[in-house]
Amino acid sequence: MGLAKRIIPCLDCENGRVVKGVQFVDIRDAGDPVEVSKRYCDAGADEITFLDITASHEGRETTVHTVEAIASQVFIPLTVGGGIRTLEDIRTMLNAGADKVAINTAAVTNPDFVRAAAERFGSQCIVVAIDAKRVSTEGEPLRWEIFTHGGRNPTGLDAIDWARKMVELGAGEILLTSMDRDGTKNGFDLELCRAVSRAVPVPIIASGGVGNLQHLVDGVIEGEADAVLAASIFHFQEYTIGEAKAYMAEQGVEVRLV
Amino acid sequence: MNKIAVIDYGMGNLHSVAKALEHVGAQLGQQIEVSVTSDPQLIAQSDRVIFPGVGAIRDCMAEINRLNIGSLVREAVLSKPVFAICVGMQALMDRSEENGGVDCLGIIEGQVKFFGEELKDDGQKLKVPHMGWNEVEQLTPHPLWQGIPDRSRFYFVHSYYLPHDSRSAERGVVGVTRYGVDVAAVLAQKNLFATQFHPEKSQEVGLTLLRNFLQWDGQV
Repeated sequence: MGLAKRIIPCLDCENGRVVKGVQFVDIRDAGDPVEVSKRYCDAGADEITFLDITASHEGRETTVHTVEAIASQVFIPLTVGGGIRTLEDIRTMLNAGADKVAINTAAVTNPDFVRAAAERFGSQCIVVAIDAKRVSTEGEPLRWEIFTHGGRNPTGLDAIDWARKMVELGAGEILLTSMDRDGTKNGFDLELCRAVSRAVPVPIIASGGVGNLQHLVDGVIEGEADAVLAASIFHFQEYTIGEAKAYMAEQGVEVRLV
Repeated sequence: MNKIAVIDYGMGNLHSVAKALEHVGAQLGQQIEVSVTSDPQLIAQSDRVIFPGVGAIRDCMAEINRLNIGSLVREAVLSKPVFAICVGMQALMDRSEENGGVDCLGIIEGQVKFFGEELKDDGQKLKVPHMGWNEVEQLTPHPLWQGIPDRSRFYFVHSYYLPHDSRSAERGVVGVTRYGVDVAAVLAQKNLFATQFHPEKSQEVGLTLLRNFLQWDGQV
């Protein structure tokens, strides 16, 4: 008996539509984030993460409505990320029904924003998203650096130090994405995950690289993650959330079975 | 018309709890009116009261005191079904260790404590905040447990907790959770029900709890 490891499906959305593709045979509109969220919630998802990649201002209005619609129908925690830069952005998303916001680039450009956000809204709703890439070469001690803009811009910041700093400033949770693994389906960067998880007291969500169910197990057992985030394996129905949980439970991972 | 007042003292997101109540009200076929409010009159006229809370206790108590919410809660507790959630539950206690020590409403005797930096279970270090789905053991029967299997998982997010200890029985602790220590997860005294977890975020079991609350007459 104890706290369950969480499985979190992630929806990447643009102008109110799920992008990166979702394929469900028995869903009316696979691009509708509300339908997709409901579907995942019913299947036993422990939380939903909604990442907004909309660039335009008008598009962001749509995002607010989408978050409102999801929050009125999905009664599990909802995290919204993408373009969160000001306290006003956070307030807007929380008022729309988000439970947490994920701050990424804005934390790098202005770390004090994380402090202000945690002071105003509480650490429980401030997730800092960290995109890290391995920069050590073979034979060197392992080292990861923070990158922004989808992994294009190096910052020179050490990922472990950065995670510690974010928690000191008030982050209540870390969403940790390996830019090396993202999209590869080769599994999480377990060494990165474990290093960050041991460095900070708050929960870690492992992200980037899930290709099969064993990867999820590895993430929590070897990577010592508290939660695992995945998109494509669920979107394309390679596995259902129910199958993922049943498999994890078989491997001795404590999960919430519904 | 079932009138529900969700007490708003400016702390955090009350949208979720209001939406969840509307959702379960519709499931019941009830006509319900949910007001998110700090208006004493609306609260006094309501049939049921929700006392939520998120964030740091010092800020919560500052707003509760500034808006004189304490007397509204005390009054409600004397007269109608009241459901306190998360920091709302903690605010009912005497005092919290958070923010260097903060006096709370003192409606229920007890001290809210920090999980600590060295929280362990079986030698394994535990993360703080306690965040996610944990099992709640039902210690005592209660009308609000109806339809909820014992040891169901509910969604928690908190770093401070009311210990489950020798005073639990007189405090009315009816649900317990284990996270390195024994946490008083649910309190029930007469027409008051309080949970450390978030029923509005706990999917089916949480909605069942809220559905039961909408039909509860405050009797045990």
